[in-house]
Amino acid sequence: MATSARREAFLSGVRAIAPILLGVFPFGVIAGVAAIEAGIGPLQAIAISPIVFAGASQLAAIDLIARDAAPLVIVLTALVINARFAMYSASLAPSLRDLPLRTKAPAAYLLTDQAFAVSVLHFDRHPADLATTAAYYFGSAIPLWVTWQVSSVVGVVIGSGVPAEWSLDFAIPLVFMALLFPAVKDRGTRVAALVAGIAAVVLIGLPLNLGLLAAAALGITAGVVSEVRT
Amino acid sequence: MTSHSPGLLWGLIVAIGLGTWLTRLSFLALLARVERVPPAAARVLRLIPAAVLAALILPALTHATGEFDLGTDRLAAGAVAALVAWHTKSVLATIAVGMAVLWALQAIG
Repeated sequence: MATSARREAFLSGVRAIAPILLGVFPFGVIAGVAAIEAGIGPLQAIAISPIVFAGASQLAAIDLIARDAAPLVIVLTALVINARFAMYSASLAPSLRDLPLRTKAPAAYLLTDQAFAVSVLHFDRHPADLATTAAYYFGSAIPLWVTWQVSSVVGVVIGSGVPAEWSLDFAIPLVFMALLFPAVKDRGTRVAALVAGIAAVVLIGLPLNLGLLAAAALGITAGVVSEVRT
Repeated sequence: MTSHSPGLLWGLIVAIGLGTWLTRLSFLALLARVERVPPAAARVLRLIPAAVLAALILPALTHATGEFDLGTDRLAAGAVAALVAWHTKSVLATIAVGMAVLWALQAIG
């Protein structure tokens, strides 16, 4: 396997993810600002991004931490949001199956919505040998990791300097909105979103901030039922 | 502002990080043994992002003041931003328009 081919594949991955990084940056800044505003110390606010490295779950966990939710509820909510990675992991597995575990471990750590979307599309169109495939994947995944870390540190640094009147916390539901519409693509996902959204409004007063988890469970159940009946 | 202790927060961060990494690794590591994702699990996993994201967004708009209130600037700005998100699917455009509309409404308000 020529090094130049691997390098070329890595760079193709970088080129594919590059335009997406523009949207990741403000998301990361908001995650950093939100952590500081929640009262989390700067060191921990910075550490969240490399340790968790999953934006939507970080924001949801920070929101629950700010409201002093029960620890188990915070962890469960974040892990439910990240359960989608199991799906991505399964979709990428056939292409990366023969990698040694020492390469799979960092590959898994770097798995994101964006790296998955870019890679799975590419693997489908350009089947290649294992080394080339892996190089492309890391090429798409690593720049996003770097962008996320840098942008969330920027957010932590400017965090306490943002005046409350700017209502920057409103950017959190806005980020979720931009992620929601691509996730709603057919009848099942439409029903799941609609039922979960309404249930979350109705169940907002549930003790221990369990409203989100309960609403998500109701939405998913409704989505499954709607799919089974059609 | 949280009153959870730094020690507890470390525990939470590490637990979420470890759980998330294991979720990401799951089928990448296992699929040599498990041939494919069980269909029932695949069906549930596919619906999670739509359900969770909607459940995160809607209460932030309907309970912007802490109480149920459909007359807030945030709900109006969120509705405009939702249209932008739907049309562009762009994080940047959604944040820009949503924040701009909110600031405009607050300036008028």
